[in-house]
Amino acid sequence: MTAIDLSDLTVWFGLGADRVDAVKSATFSVATGESFGLVGESGSGKSTVLRAIAGLIDSWSGDMRIADTPLGRRRTRAFYKQVQMVFQGPYASLHPRHTVDRVLGEVLKLHGFSDIDSRIDRLLDDVGLGKGFRFRYPHQLSGGQRQRVAIARALAPEPRIVLLDEPTSALDVSVQAEILNLLSDLRAERGLTYLMVSHDLGVIGHMCDRIAVMQHGRIVDLLGVDEMRSLQTAHPYTQHLLDSSVRAIRQP
Amino acid sequence: MTNLLDIENLRVRFPTRQGHFDAVRGISFSLRRERLGIVGESGSGKSMTGRAILKLIRKPGQITADRMQMGDTDLLTASDKQMRRIRGRHASMIMQDPKFSLNPVMTVGQQITEALRTHERISRRDAHARAIKMLDAVAIRSPERVMDLYPHEVSGGMGQRIMIAMMLIPDPEILIADEPTSALDVSVQLQVLGILDKLVTDRGMGLIFISHDLNLVSNFCDRILIMYAGRVVEVCQAGRLHEATHPYTRGLLNSVPDLEHPRPRLDVLKRDPAWAEAPSVSALT
Repeated sequence: MTAIDLSDLTVWFGLGADRVDAVKSATFSVATGESFGLVGESGSGKSTVLRAIAGLIDSWSGDMRIADTPLGRRRTRAFYKQVQMVFQGPYASLHPRHTVDRVLGEVLKLHGFSDIDSRIDRLLDDVGLGKGFRFRYPHQLSGGQRQRVAIARALAPEPRIVLLDEPTSALDVSVQAEILNLLSDLRAERGLTYLMVSHDLGVIGHMCDRIAVMQHGRIVDLLGVDEMRSLQTAHPYTQHLLDSSVRAIRQP
Repeated sequence: MTNLLDIENLRVRFPTRQGHFDAVRGISFSLRRERLGIVGESGSGKSMTGRAILKLIRKPGQITADRMQMGDTDLLTASDKQMRRIRGRHASMIMQDPKFSLNPVMTVGQQITEALRTHERISRRDAHARAIKMLDAVAIRSPERVMDLYPHEVSGGMGQRIMIAMMLIPDPEILIADEPTSALDVSVQLQVLGILDKLVTDRGMGLIFISHDLNLVSNFCDRILIMYAGRVVEVCQAGRLHEATHPYTRGLLNSVPDLEHPRPRLDVLKRDPAWAEAPSVSALT
């Protein structure tokens, strides 16, 4: 079964002469239960792919399917019950004047759950925060704790697919390790499908089974994690990225 | 060899409603003509250390130390006027994000020549020529064109190189680089570091490189200070970072996902309250 199937996806911004194609006929599919990574430099269009799937951009053409259901212009509530997204900046993605309780409660209410109270406690336990954090505001949390709340919010509707947009790039390496372990555990427990964007090849190599490399809006290479780890690839751009992130910096 | 900088028992203190908070708690180090790395998590006091050297701590923050000597100048007793002469001419600082540290309403050329004209008696034309040469040195193609651009018209990597050019043009002896490449892509990061490395080596400068990225620092620096909770917990030669013994350093090293040596789970740092209490390790030479 395929969880996400994109074919010939083009996403653009601006009209007429100002039109910029941020993603150019991207085609890939992600199997159910798989963890798929998108890498590339800033401006390569990797986040735009996620935002288009999540329905945050409506200027796109091509074909997008989630669990064999084609996506239209508008996303339904059923879609958001199936697909959720975790954003990059834990500082910007939580409402500064809403408590953790309200952030999670609102999502649960929107998705028609009735046992909201017990679900909030369970979600906080699942992401390793515990009940003590329930009535805190974002400014009373550290960056890692905020990202845990953002993950709890994404998990609230019990989605099958989670879109992760640079979930750890704003965090320290020690906190990054905690969040990556949490994401691995949650995927194993719930059989989730991840589509993850990162510019850090180390993170992608740790988390993903298959990787697509993007450059200037195009997918230029698709490879398995083993090929990536052995630093073997036919494509010069992928090789360049691998070299940059692995090889020593100082010239001998 | 003489030291460019000697700092003994530096403290940076901020008064708060619940008493005072010490961001830096009594650290000592010296800098030669070398690349000195300062690593630690956010909140470990590494940026505050960098800023304190140039006395760029905003009030009500206070800097105290037993000794702060930069060449012939005693930084502790230096007046604001003397500090302004030191900043740029003798020591300058590259900030993290060019988006927030370049002046958005001045062209690149104006900003670079301003740095030069503040410290030297130099004609407009000579300043312009020096600025172009400097932009060329940081590998900016068609520097003539870039001189007339505004910061929003250049990319992040270019902005960071412009900032490096601006900081190096008065030819300082000490360069403090606070996370100079964290906002950049890996491939651009390498390019910027390469340029920085070359300029620092060619000019025989002392570099303080502040970063949270241990691997980057171990590749790029000569000596590394590892900071935790405002103190230095370990000092080591960069090439020997992987032989580091302090559990905090080991924890940081093991929490980084490694492309070539995959592990099913990443090690999570277990913090020991004793680390924060242990006295700071001296890095004086």
